Amino acid sequence: MGLALLAIIWVITLVSTYFFAAKTWWLPHGASASAPWIDGQFALTYALMGVVFLAAQLSLGYLVWKYRDRPGAKPVEYSHGNTRLEIIWTALTAVLFIGLNLMGGRVWAAERFAPAQPNAVPVEVTAMQFAWYFRYPGADGKYGPTSPKLVDPSSGNEAAIGLEPSDPASKDDVVTGTMYLPVNRQVDLTLKAEDVIHSFFVPSFRFKQDAVPGLAIKMHFTPTEIGEYELACAELCGLGHYKMHGVVHVVSQEDFDKWLAAREAEKQ
Amino acid sequence: MVAQEAHGSSGHGAPQGFIRKYVFSLDHKVIGLQYYFLALTAVFVGMFLSLLMRIHLIWPTAVLPLVGDIKPETYLSLLTMHGTIMVFFVLTTAPQSGFGNYFLPIQIGAPDMAFPVLNMLSFWTTFVAFIVIIAAFFVTGGAPLHGWTGYAPLSALKNSGPGEQLGADLWITSIAIFCLASLMGALNFITTILDLRAKGMTLMRMPLTCWAWFVTAILGLLAFGVLLSAGILLLLDRNLGTSFYIPLVVVNGQVMGHKGGSPLLWQHLFWFFGHPEVYIAILPGMGVASQLLSTFSRKPIFGYKAMVYAIMSIGILGFVVWGHHMFMSGMSPYSAFAFSIMTMCIGVPSAIKTFNWLGTIYKGRVRFQTPMLYAIGFVSLFVSGGLSGPFLAQPVLDIPLHDTYFVVGHFHLIMGVAAIFGMFAGTYYWFPKMFGRMMNETWGRVHFFITLAGTYAIFMPMHYLGMAGQTRRYSQFTEVAYQTKLIPLQTFITFAAIITISAQVIFVINLFWSMFKGPKASDNPWEATTLEWTTATPPPHDNFGGVTPVVNHGPYEYSVPGAPKDYVMQTDPVTVTTH
Repeated sequence: MGLALLAIIWVITLVSTYFFAAKTWWLPHGASASAPWIDGQFALTYALMGVVFLAAQLSLGYLVWKYRDRPGAKPVEYSHGNTRLEIIWTALTAVLFIGLNLMGGRVWAAERFAPAQPNAVPVEVTAMQFAWYFRYPGADGKYGPTSPKLVDPSSGNEAAIGLEPSDPASKDDVVTGTMYLPVNRQVDLTLKAEDVIHSFFVPSFRFKQDAVPGLAIKMHFTPTEIGEYELACAELCGLGHYKMHGVVHVVSQEDFDKWLAAREAEKQ
Repeated sequence: MVAQEAHGSSGHGAPQGFIRKYVFSLDHKVIGLQYYFLALTAVFVGMFLSLLMRIHLIWPTAVLPLVGDIKPETYLSLLTMHGTIMVFFVLTTAPQSGFGNYFLPIQIGAPDMAFPVLNMLSFWTTFVAFIVIIAAFFVTGGAPLHGWTGYAPLSALKNSGPGEQLGADLWITSIAIFCLASLMGALNFITTILDLRAKGMTLMRMPLTCWAWFVTAILGLLAFGVLLSAGILLLLDRNLGTSFYIPLVVVNGQVMGHKGGSPLLWQHLFWFFGHPEVYIAILPGMGVASQLLSTFSRKPIFGYKAMVYAIMSIGILGFVVWGHHMFMSGMSPYSAFAFSIMTMCIGVPSAIKTFNWLGTIYKGRVRFQTPMLYAIGFVSLFVSGGLSGPFLAQPVLDIPLHDTYFVVGHFHLIMGVAAIFGMFAGTYYWFPKMFGRMMNETWGRVHFFITLAGTYAIFMPMHYLGMAGQTRRYSQFTEVAYQTKLIPLQTFITFAAIITISAQVIFVINLFWSMFKGPKASDNPWEATTLEWTTATPPPHDNFGGVTPVVNHGPYEYSVPGAPKDYVMQTDPVTVTTH
């Protein structure tokens, strides 16, 4: 029985570790400025926790086999523990856990505490059951006002977010169902939700943020590679949650300008 | 605090007649069993729901007997009810109210709980809560789809989806009733431990199971009150037009008549309960694992005091970490730092406990009866589930992992399956005392090996899915291209789930067969030391047959040098020196 236990615990441990170590399934390819930092911290955490995982599981399997009750086994050592070991263990764990945490804090702070750069491209995201709308403020750099009374999801785009068409600031606003971003330029994101909570999740950007009704949440990130990236809703928002997805197109600055100009033209 | 002498009798005579004896019983042992069987019923309902979910994920068009075809909203109702039933009616009910009710009074040498009538009332209130939640399946619109966390405004608006009408009202009403029941139970546990300990049963001589039940009761007392209030506010928002959680929102083009409420308020209140709830589920399991590892290794628990301090610090820290569920919620990013550091701190006492469990086995003589197998399995699962915690506790790593299958894998291993292993361990261990017969060892072992391998096969791959970005609470993975690639791994999980769930039939048959046909058990079949093993099997109405136990030793005196046997019972006279 001791051997069977040792075998099952070791096999589970080694197989689990293999799939982590071989990166059979791993974080998707990173394509934003913060991705390398986050992946680095992930790898570090993974290495440290992996060592603890192996040490704890393998010794659990070994100890139950080694100290199994059998004829001729050594008598039990009567002991209530060892305070010194206890203190060493506590201190080591505390240093490991809290140290890891402090290292990761730097990345968090860089993305969230500082405001977006002045040359960042402003995009407002509005989430609703079960669609995403993206608004670009146009040449004036100002988002036009919206009104809940004007919201008409069935008409899509401008009407879906309830844009006041008569306001001068609204004239050049572009609202679309697909997101285009210029590469290597910071995105000054404003996240809003019409009805319930949604979450803007682009795995390749290592970016996720809830969109909460009643709040306009400001965030920023920088895509670094041209390509198409999938956006998925990560917060349960109702029966269509699973299909509330979209594609983020990261293109060159020229292509971005061309695309935006074409949308402006379409609107007139 | 001085341990008081327990009362000589339970304060109420042995009941006559079926109803007073088995239905509206005041006896903590009967109430403990009532809780246990309520949880057993609930766990099968919850498990059946998860089976339907797993089947739907892989065979979305399958039409099932009894259930029919599963629509996306049906899937969300299944996951909501699975989570709610499992968390409240299984993980909170069996380890604390079930085993705690039965064995806490006996382990501290008391004839009953401090307030037997309150105890009966708290069980029947829980029972009503269970009926109410089950009713949600059968009303128009069906069960709610907002998940067990019930995030507002999804849960607060009647037109946010099917199931959000009467079903959601029943859901929140059931939780509110459950909170009331848990508050009554918590009060009873705390009073019993403080007031009814037998002579010589000082706090630091209590078995670690009692410490776990004690701290769990304190957590329950402080946490369930908050959830109860939060639930009442949600009911008001839903039915009386208040706006505690609802700002100005437009649902499908319709402007709702609410304004100024905060969706984040619900999350703060919910997780202020929700995080301590994790420890409410797992602490009793930790207590049982400690008790069993010591008993079956024939060795005192390694670092009893450290274990007690660890339980207490987990209890205290458990109340200041709730914000780690909200890193992505739009809460101030500065507060994330504080919550994150506190969360890392709570990992330290958990690590101490693991170290001490390994230290207990080291240089012992391990006996591999079924209860011990489950205790060892508990340690393994606790380590596996625990080590994904430091990933999620770092806000920066929570960005890619939040609301993915990584989280699902994490909490199922640690608060789901580890806690369930605690219950299995408790069942196999205390079965002889409760029913006077032994469970079948061979089938116990078969059940253990399939369940251990099966749970790892289900939940370990979920970590891989989460890393690859698979979002949770999706009824289909066919819509998003990168997620479609992960379907083969989901298929593997479904097969593992079908096998593991089927294997639970072995347990149920063993349980009921042994209850009537198992070999008769002696009073102390495991040669254990705590008070429940000093009394008759099953224990008489007042637990000790008119005798008041006097405690002379600590709870885990195994292999004491100079002692006649390899264990010294807590009530043994002082002939050998123990610590």
